[in-house]
Order: sequence, then structure tokens, then C-alpha cells
Amino acid sequence: MAGVQVSNVSRSFGAHKALDHVSIDFPDGGFYALLGPSGSGKTTLLRQIAGFDFPDSGRIAIGGESVERVPVEKRRIGMVFQNYALFPNMSVADNVAFGLSVRGEAKATIATEVQRALDLVQLGKLGGRRPHQLSGGQRQRVALARAIVTKPRVLLLDEPLGALDKALRVDMQIELKRIQREIGITTIFVTHDQEEALTMSDRIGILRDGRLVQEGPPEEIYDRPQSEFAATFLGDANIFRGDATGHGIRLPDGMTIAAGSGPSLAAGTKASCAVRPERIQISTGNAKLDMGNANMLEGQVSKRIFAGNNSTYFVDRDGQTVKVIVQNTGAERLAEGQPVVLSWSPESTVLIAA
Amino acid sequence: MATTRILEWVGRFYIFLLLGFLYLPIIIMALMSFNASPFYQLPFEWTTDWYASLWQNDQLIAATWNSIEIAIITTVISTVLGSAASLALYRYEFRGKKFLQALLFPPIAIPWLITGTAMLIFFFGIGIGRGLIAILLGHVALALPYVIVVVSARLQTFAPELEEAARSLGANQWQVTVRVTLPWIMPGVIAGGLFAFAVSFDQFVVSYFLSTPGQTTLPVEIYAAIRKGFTPEINAVSTIIIVVSMALMLLTARFFKFGGEK
Repeated sequence: MAGVQVSNVSRSFGAHKALDHVSIDFPDGGFYALLGPSGSGKTTLLRQIAGFDFPDSGRIAIGGESVERVPVEKRRIGMVFQNYALFPNMSVADNVAFGLSVRGEAKATIATEVQRALDLVQLGKLGGRRPHQLSGGQRQRVALARAIVTKPRVLLLDEPLGALDKALRVDMQIELKRIQREIGITTIFVTHDQEEALTMSDRIGILRDGRLVQEGPPEEIYDRPQSEFAATFLGDANIFRGDATGHGIRLPDGMTIAAGSGPSLAAGTKASCAVRPERIQISTGNAKLDMGNANMLEGQVSKRIFAGNNSTYFVDRDGQTVKVIVQNTGAERLAEGQPVVLSWSPESTVLIAA
Repeated sequence: MATTRILEWVGRFYIFLLLGFLYLPIIIMALMSFNASPFYQLPFEWTTDWYASLWQNDQLIAATWNSIEIAIITTVISTVLGSAASLALYRYEFRGKKFLQALLFPPIAIPWLITGTAMLIFFFGIGIGRGLIAILLGHVALALPYVIVVVSARLQTFAPELEEAARSLGANQWQVTVRVTLPWIMPGVIAGGLFAFAVSFDQFVVSYFLSTPGQTTLPVEIYAAIRKGFTPEINAVSTIIIVVSMALMLLTARFFKFGGEK
């Protein structure tokens, strides 16, 4: 096992900068999600770590050893591909055995290790099948068993759950996490699915246009995003834009919003505030407000979407639509067109430099 | 309903006609190789004399062995070279690649008569002259583009991630090629090999230009024999070749489904 350090890595394809001075420290034994929209450079970064492609500049180290010029076959990594890339001409067991077999391991050792890996992914009895006889979830497990059987230093996953349907994806998220914990392998996971990143990883790195936007534990990024992009890409957020007033902003219509966290900004500079939809309290004018809710705006319900355990309200105010998610507690539901008061605490508000 | 039935019968009749068109001449030839009359006279009188006398015809037998030998060597050389070339064209980007690929097609379209003349002149120019070596070189050159086209078509269905997956598991270039890529393109390689064999074994025009009286191939020998005067021995040798090549084809089809997954 080993941690991975990426320092100042850049990679261009022609005029396109796929990676622009990216530095990330992937902790030993951790589960790290690289999150970003398509074209953000997350897959390019994974391919640099894997060794399929070499960076133009910068350093990549696995377990403290520089590997940026070492080809993939010598890096001792395990990789799971988006389409699984199982060898169609081989049985499941032969697929899993491949990595051990090309290293010239003894037949008996290979058989034992393959069985252990297949048992780990709960496919112990399917070793004789061909890949095309398996379901998507089973192929996924075979690909995982094949990647870990060689005891790699790092496990790299390229959108491994992308091809599965929703229910299976949730099962595989739990399964993948269980296996990762069991063998304690440093895992780097590329995804564009923010929910997957939030539920599975210990740390998340958000990439955009080849740059690292923000990185840290999921809770930290969710609660304290440092940019509008991070706020809206990881989870849902209402963004209010205005002029900084020290620890808050003044909206164009004169209303002020106080923020509990974020940088100190010079008064008058352009800034915004991000608020999660579930942190906002929505009430009719005469309802009793929470005393901590120092931020208050008035608006009008334009739309309500009922989703069983919660409802999403879209509230119009001063040309902006504010999204509010309310748990279904059995309380009175608000009608469309109804004037409402939105309130939330400064602690739920993050100030972001424009 | 009635129209579908009629269409069905029309379809059957059409297939019947087509197969008849393809196979009738061959069947008649095979039958005549067992007929006592050398002039196709009926009634049919069973004999194996022509096969017996074929056995005595040293020239024809020698030409047959030449043909088989040249076809097998051509198949091996052009399949190995052609597959390697296809892999290179698939894997690497290099200057002039498009141009090189475009150059592969004209030899298929250029009439063999012209290719044959060109080869004859060329081989004389560089001192190889005529003979079995010249024929072999000519056949390999004719067969190569077929192999490359067929193998390249198969490679288009190959998922490049498979090679990447193999490399990530520690396989070197040789192991990747032998254990992952080759098994996938094998149906294409076999099909390319069959093409190469057919191009060589059926080859008349180029062989005719490049052969000498002692060193010739079966099609050229048959042509010479027919010009001298037709004997049913030709029917006999043709029948043997048809049976053997059809058996080969059926075997291959049994073990490899071309184009599809195994």
C-alpha cells in the first residue's frame, strides 16, 4: 500500500491544457474521489497516475517513489475501466488470473489467489463463466477482482459504476466501499456523479478545466465551498450575488445577507453567498421564526414539487428563483402563488469571492 | 397470406437456381471424372481409370505439389506480415500513414495481367528471372493487401481498453499482443489466410507470366494440358481439389465464425 503524491502536474494536448499545475496528496489507504464535469481533466489525471500517459511537467510519486516516467506495466497499479474491459476470450477465472500469470506466478498460487479474489467479490462459483454470460454488476465485480488480485499499490477506478442502473449502482457503491476497507488499498475514483463522490469517498478533489478547484473531506467541501462552481457542482446551492460588506453581502435591492464562514473581503467588492436548499426555512408571514435565522427574504412560491419524503419549493424574489427543500413533517403545505418568508442562519451561509 | 406463400416459393426457386448455377458445372465435371468416355458420351459408365492415369501424370502431380507448396508458403508469409502490418497501422500514428493505407487498395484493383507483366519485367531487371521463387514473391505481393484489409477490419471492432487493461495488469507488449489482441483478431487472421491461400492457389495470370516449363503451377499446367488436348484427368484432379478445399472451408467455418464473437 502506498499514498500517491501528484505535484504540479501539467499535460497539454495541442493547444488544449488538459491539466494545469495540479497538485493533490492522495492519503495512504484512503478513498479519494476526483469529481468534475466531462472535459475537466479528471480522467487525464487518472491516466497520468496509471502511467498510460506521461505529464509534460510535474512529479507523480507512489509510496514516495517517483514514477512519472515509469510505464503502466511497471507501476504496480490496479485499474477498473468504465466498460470493465474484461478479456472476452478468457473465462472469469482466467481474466482474474491474467495479472498473476504474466508475472510468471506458480499455477497453484494463481489458483488460490484467484479463488480468494473471486470470493472477496462474492463470485466464488462463477470462475468458469465467460464475461458475456455475466450481468453488468457481475462484470464489474470481476473487473475489480482482476484489478486487486495482484496486490497493487493503488487502485484506480474510472467511472466504474457509470454503466450500471441506479439500484445496482447503490448496491455496488456499498460493496466497493466494503472491499476497499477490507483490503485497505489507496483508491482513486473518477466520477462525474456528485452523490457517488459524497457517499463513497474520504476526500474529494473537484476539477474544472484542468485545474483543481477545491479539495478536502466531503463534509468540508459541502459546508464550506470556496467557489460558486464547487458550491453548485457538489450538491445543490442557492447563490446570491451582491457587494461584500465584510462578513456578508448587500443584494442589489438593498437587503443584506450575513455569512458565518468564508474569507474576509474588502467592502464593496463583488461577492456571493451560497446557501443549501435544505438549510432555508420557508414560512408564511405570520408564522413564528427561528431566532437564529438572521437572514430573511420575502418572496412568492412559484412552484412546488412533491417527492414523498420532502417537497421542493421554488420561490421567486427580485428576479431570482430560490430553491428550498422541506422535509415532509405533515405540516401545512404551501400553495403556488402564496407570499412567503425565507429565513436561515448566518452559519448556513458561506461567503464566496467573485 | 396467399402472397406470402407465393413469395416463399419464388424465394425457394431463386435459391435453387442460384445454387444450381454455382454447383451444376462442378457436379457435372465431378461425374465426368468417373465416366469411361473421354468425350462426355452417355450412357454413363463408371470408371476410376482417369484417377489411375492421373497418378501416372508426373507433370500434373508435380505442378499440383508446386501449387500447394507455394500457396501454403504464401499464406504463412503474407498472413504473418499482413497481420503485423495491420497491428502497426492500428496502434501507431506516424507520418504518411494515411498515404500508406491508401496505397494498399490499388493492387487489388489493378488487373493481374498488368501486375504480372510488371513483375516479369521487374524480376528480370533485378536478376530473379522466372521460376518458383518469382511466383512465390509475386503471390505474396498479391495476397498481402487482402490480409491487411481483412485483419484491419477485424481490428476496428477491438476495444483498445483491453490492451490498456492488460498493460495495467503488468503485461509487456509481447504478452499483450499474444494473449489479448491476437485471440481477438484471430478470426480475421484466419479469414485473411484463406484469402491469401485462394489468391495464390487460384492464381493463373501472374503464375503464367512467371513460370518456366519445368517450374509451373497447377492452373498453368491445366491450361497447357487443355491446349494440347483435353483429357478427363483434368476432371479428376479438379474434383480432388474441390473436395479437399471444400472440406478445408467447412472445417474452418466449423471452428471460426467470421466477424462475430466466438
